[in-house]
Amino acid sequence: MKDPSFTMRPGFVMVLIVLITLILLLPALGLTFGAPAASMTDQYYLDNSQTETGANNVVSAVVFDYRGFDTLGEATVLFIAVLGVAMIFRRVHK
Amino acid sequence: MTIGLIARTAGRLIVPFIFIFGFYIVTHGHLTPGGGFQGGAVIATGVALLLVCYYYRECMEKFIPVSSFKLVESAGLILFICTALAGLVVASGFLVNWLNATGGLFGHAVAYGVNPGDLYTAGIIPVLNFAIGIEVFGALSAVLLYMFAGLKETTQEEDDAPASTPALVKGKKGGRK
Repeated sequence: MKDPSFTMRPGFVMVLIVLITLILLLPALGLTFGAPAASMTDQYYLDNSQTETGANNVVSAVVFDYRGFDTLGEATVLFIAVLGVAMIFRRVHK
Repeated sequence: MTIGLIARTAGRLIVPFIFIFGFYIVTHGHLTPGGGFQGGAVIATGVALLLVCYYYRECMEKFIPVSSFKLVESAGLILFICTALAGLVVASGFLVNWLNATGGLFGHAVAYGVNPGDLYTAGIIPVLNFAIGIEVFGALSAVLLYMFAGLKETTQEEDDAPASTPALVKGKKGGRK
């Protein structure tokens, strides 16, 4: 960035980060702590995972069916980690 | 420097059982504790044992080409994404369990309640388990091989020579810095 209009002072950046964090945390003020109760989802998974996913292992049903996007993200993270290792430990051709 | 003959033989005996155990964990991921990540890590442990027993150069020449692990890892991730995208095509959305209770592949209906379980149930969950299993196996093995390739290896002549340990004889006092 050679353009001087793009330069920002560090103090301004700090204030900007704090402001954006506060704005993102603002909706949390409207929530009461502990509601809805966590046991509601627990009981839902225990009751319905066998009929909805067909898996006897409820953990597998959550990981691969209800939270499948999370598992896809984990696999992608692992893939990118291996890419980084391959980049660091590559053989340098002379 | 190679590891001893006893450790090599014991590793060679144990490694197939580690592979079978990891494959069991992957395939029974929807019935018993475990799954793709855990089973893939167990199989990668077998690869690590192979690397310790038969050190890197020999391992590369005899058993494992390193580029195959990158292929295996990419194939696992592609299988996962293709299975998820097939849900978008066949059924209503991405990652929908479109094989469940259809009577086809992994499509047996499961009984409600406590039961020992049937391997042929749970729709796409075994497929995704398998994809994640081979992906984790390939990823961890590729990391191990890449890091092992950074070590300086002795040549075959140095290994076959009697253990004269010239470095220790000629070394200064105080050990390694």
